[in-house]
Amino acid sequence: MSGHSTYQPQSKVLQWLEKRLPIGGLVHSSFVVYPVPRNLNYLWTFGGILAFMLGVQIVTGIVLAMHYTPHVDLAFRSVEGIMRDVNYGWLLRYLHANGASMFFLAVYVHMFRGIYYGSYKEPREVLWILGVIIYLLMMATGFMGYVLVWGQMSFWAATVITNLFSAIPGVGDTIVTWLWGGYAVGNPTLNRFYSLHYLLPFVIAGVVVLHIWALHVVGQNNPTGIEPKSEKDTVAFTPYATAKDGFFLAAFVILYAWFVFYIPNFLGHADNYIPANPAVTPTHIVPEWYYLPFYAILRAIPDKLIGVIALGASIVILAFLPWLDTSRVRSARYRPLFRQFFWLFVIVCVGLGWLGSKPPEGIYVILARVFTIYYFAFFLVILPLLGIFEKTKPLPNSISESVLGAKA
Amino acid sequence: MNKPPEERASDVTTVSSAEHTRRDFLYIATGAVGAVGAAAALVPLIAQMNPDASTIAAGAPIDVDLAPIADGQIIKVFWRSKPIFISHRTKKDIEEAQTVNVAALPDPEPDSARVKPGHDQWLVVIGICTHLGCIPLPHQGEYDGWFCPCHGSQYDTSGRIRRGPAPKNLALPPYKFVSDTKIQIG
Repeated sequence: MSGHSTYQPQSKVLQWLEKRLPIGGLVHSSFVVYPVPRNLNYLWTFGGILAFMLGVQIVTGIVLAMHYTPHVDLAFRSVEGIMRDVNYGWLLRYLHANGASMFFLAVYVHMFRGIYYGSYKEPREVLWILGVIIYLLMMATGFMGYVLVWGQMSFWAATVITNLFSAIPGVGDTIVTWLWGGYAVGNPTLNRFYSLHYLLPFVIAGVVVLHIWALHVVGQNNPTGIEPKSEKDTVAFTPYATAKDGFFLAAFVILYAWFVFYIPNFLGHADNYIPANPAVTPTHIVPEWYYLPFYAILRAIPDKLIGVIALGASIVILAFLPWLDTSRVRSARYRPLFRQFFWLFVIVCVGLGWLGSKPPEGIYVILARVFTIYYFAFFLVILPLLGIFEKTKPLPNSISESVLGAKA
Repeated sequence: MNKPPEERASDVTTVSSAEHTRRDFLYIATGAVGAVGAAAALVPLIAQMNPDASTIAAGAPIDVDLAPIADGQIIKVFWRSKPIFISHRTKKDIEEAQTVNVAALPDPEPDSARVKPGHDQWLVVIGICTHLGCIPLPHQGEYDGWFCPCHGSQYDTSGRIRRGPAPKNLALPPYKFVSDTKIQIG
């Protein structure tokens, strides 16, 4: 996309460095002169927000690790020590705990944005799949981090999630024992979760580099879903995209700060302030909010193995989206039917989240089943058929025409 | 070896595609040794995650004295970090467990297969819901047995699944009667 870099450093030192490691030119071509479509809206700022949140989680996580003790007898106490004794420990922990929620909030907006504007379509399939991998890694990281607190919810979340593997026929119990390193969730489990919780964010960072690399090969999609055709269709990353990203990031951080300073426990569960007790299961166990839709799908199905398969499939199916959506028009702007099914899909996802937080009885189970059917039908029936039957609106000739009108 | 460069280049392509050479042998041998080495390295890396020696040692059999358990009482003991329910069943409990139509159960098992012969009043089960591992609550649910608070599975007085998402009856731990009032679990 970017063509040859025009980077010519003024300083002698930078010229010397550039001859040996052209990193200045790489940054210049990727984040300064890199052409971005001129019509990007604020939904395109969530990639930058996500990169920022990954940074926040890594920085706060590294300092929390300086005060945390991964042992069943000390973990809960050490977290309370962070809250009460460590200098600014309360702030660092609330930043980290709410940071996870903000990270997932941003990733969900980012993903729905991708679906609405068809950002996964050719040639952006690999870019999208890398995103799905990042999302899976985020889920694993978030889950293991939640376990480290070693409260009641931590312990029973670890028990329920690891037990999902016991549904595998034949080798299920062997795998679960191997995951635990014991006959139940215990100290070996906590230790390995700590090790992996520290590792995975750096794996995420690595895949993020691939994600951005793939993005810079194919270029950004945009609200029209048509590729830039001339220089008039794009603007330089700096100052245009940097300013827009920066502005909305600041707005997003205000929301984040509101959670951290005013309602830091709103998204958590009171039961997780009770130390883990392997002898008593809390009467109502639920995962963190960002896993609730998948939890609802798991519970909607009365068979254990099929329930676990549905849970896995509901996430993995995202990777196949580029081929399930058969329409050649990317953006929902020009797809009137898709747009309605899309918003219904959003409602179903949020609805599944709400149902995941309810006890599995009565009307909640029935609704969860209806919503689960729609969730899968959206991918497996609606998207493949829409591409054949939907009459799309005419596309504009170019991005600049859609922005400035035909006179441009 | 002293041919002009262009002939040498064509030699290389014909030789490597047509016949086996020492280079092919080295290539395959190196790959094979590498694959075996990588597989061997995986063994300790994977095996270290299984229960270690101290965990296994701590899982030795335990003795439980049944004498203090009152009629109708259910106690919970831990063996290998798992809760074990020991239920001193009443006449009514036993009758309910034995008169069920076994064929109609989700996981058909007669009550006689779940207790030791001659010890009908003692039911010993692993107190872990076979759905996703929560601990069911005793004396609750519609079948006078256990009720799992997580996803609503219900078990009867024989620890058999009657309703809800759990696929199997509560598991039986290995145990034996050392005397009429003492069992050894493990």
